[in-house]
Amino acid sequence: MSEGITKTAARNIFFGGTIFFFVIFVALTVHSHLYIVNVSTDSSTLNDSVARGKHVWEKNSCINCHTIFGEGAYFAPEVGKVWIKFGGADDPEMGKEVLKAWMEAMPTGIEGRRQMPAFNLTDQEHEDLAAFFEWISRVDTQGWPPQPEE
Amino acid sequence: MKYQTQKLAYPYFVAAMGLFVAQVLGGLIAGTIYVFPNFLSEILPFNIIRMIHTNALIVWLLMGFFGATYYLLPEEAETEIYSPKLAWIQFWLFLFAAASAVVGYLFGVHEGREFLEQPLWVKIAIVIVALMFMFNISMTLLKGKRTAISIILITGLWGLTLFFLFAFYNPSNLSLDKMYWWYVIHLWVEGVWELILAAILGFLLIKMTGVDREIIEKWLYVIVGLALFSGLLGTGHHYYWIGTPGYWQWLGSIFSALEVFPFLAMVIFAFYIVRKSTRNHPNKAALLWVLGCTVLSFFGAGVWGFMHTLAPINFYTHGTQITSSHGHLAFYGAYVMINLAIISYAMPHLRGMQPYNQNLNMWSFWITSSGMVFMTFTLTAAGVLQTHLERVLGMNYMDVQEQIALFYWMRLGSGIVVVIGVLLFVYATFAKGKEEQAEIR
Repeated sequence: MSEGITKTAARNIFFGGTIFFFVIFVALTVHSHLYIVNVSTDSSTLNDSVARGKHVWEKNSCINCHTIFGEGAYFAPEVGKVWIKFGGADDPEMGKEVLKAWMEAMPTGIEGRRQMPAFNLTDQEHEDLAAFFEWISRVDTQGWPPQPEE
Repeated sequence: MKYQTQKLAYPYFVAAMGLFVAQVLGGLIAGTIYVFPNFLSEILPFNIIRMIHTNALIVWLLMGFFGATYYLLPEEAETEIYSPKLAWIQFWLFLFAAASAVVGYLFGVHEGREFLEQPLWVKIAIVIVALMFMFNISMTLLKGKRTAISIILITGLWGLTLFFLFAFYNPSNLSLDKMYWWYVIHLWVEGVWELILAAILGFLLIKMTGVDREIIEKWLYVIVGLALFSGLLGTGHHYYWIGTPGYWQWLGSIFSALEVFPFLAMVIFAFYIVRKSTRNHPNKAALLWVLGCTVLSFFGAGVWGFMHTLAPINFYTHGTQITSSHGHLAFYGAYVMINLAIISYAMPHLRGMQPYNQNLNMWSFWITSSGMVFMTFTLTAAGVLQTHLERVLGMNYMDVQEQIALFYWMRLGSGIVVVIGVLLFVYATFAKGKEEQAEIR
């Protein structure tokens, strides 16, 4: 089978082709990097609070239940637009309060319901997490997630 | 077994099996939490148990790759491993780092990017381990014979080491974070790991079928070429909805659709070579795992990947149980099965006995594989329903989860079957065999 090419030719095609596609991939990554920084995300509002909020998200391993931009575990709801769901887009103070109240009510302990642990965040951490959710809710994700009429 | 240092594979395979058991038990607990949400919810929340499930998988697969390399490289290079001592230090450091990470998770010590939750010092230890390993095997290869198999293997392993370095870059901009995170995750499992897989597959086929090395190695270059030509730009199928430019929807769809072909080529290649076999190798169990690996990786990684890789479809399925179904069968078919194949092949040699407990081993093949296939079906059904109810009809996430609860029950059932199959494999591998029989040459 495939007697047409020699092993050396196959090897050269492999290494040459890999370098070719890798160079294209890296070049597109550079372009995408600039696109993210300049177009799809709002770099000007990426302040320390947002950065700390991302760290709160990471420190508590939220991604191993939730998804964020569709990536993560699939055990709990997507959080990419949670800021909008909790009303933060129209009334930021309310968004923060709803988020905090929600988290502090956990775990509900209700039998047969999935349980979110009590993370006992400080007020500062609640503030930062809200800033993070607010910031990511404005990222241009090419229209994802789908928004069917309820 | 011709070379003394091939024995270095043994501790790696033992540790791999131990972590494999931990991984499936973790999965069993996670599957139980899906149907009894209050189970362990205060002591061992879902996010912790999932980290253990996924991290144990990654670590045991790496253990398996390290062991496989130490086993096959001396035979390929026709020389002993450069430094057995370094291989032992590498082993203990890796085991210590992995065990500390898992124990740390139980006490809430972790970072929080998916699959890269290891604390910073563990990540640094992993890099040191990988560099020790790469130094050791590169030196071995330099003093020995270089075959296509060893070159493909070492290219894959160097790629694995280098791309892991992106684990240290965590920008505050979530979209940037995600784009480079995939440099580790995608370029591992849909890139350089496929080279490692192909190399181990090629080695096993040469040993077990006696088919001419020239034919097998030429095929291998074609397969790994297809894997990287499609897989590099195929990374684009993760760049649809994370803040990256729209052109990825075209590039990602086209190139990731082509990712099916290396897996298809592997199936055709393996069955063709086995049919041309000039040797009646006694280790039927290892051959079964080899052939099973190509088939289930074709379905798990290839077909199940294609199912939701096109952007207009992925728009609806992204982040549902569909992803989970694909993830399970792809990891099992490709990387779990190739590890179990080389372990089934090498263990009798490493323990100096005839291929023993072959029937048990083959039973474990059928039990574990049917469990995994059924689990994939249940998650696929759950995912299709979830996609429709949540993403098309707009039902609330938690209400949808209640609608698909039946499938989580069936998933737990298949998980129990998998655990039984895995325990049987471990038993078949380590139990006393026919020691009175001389080592096969």
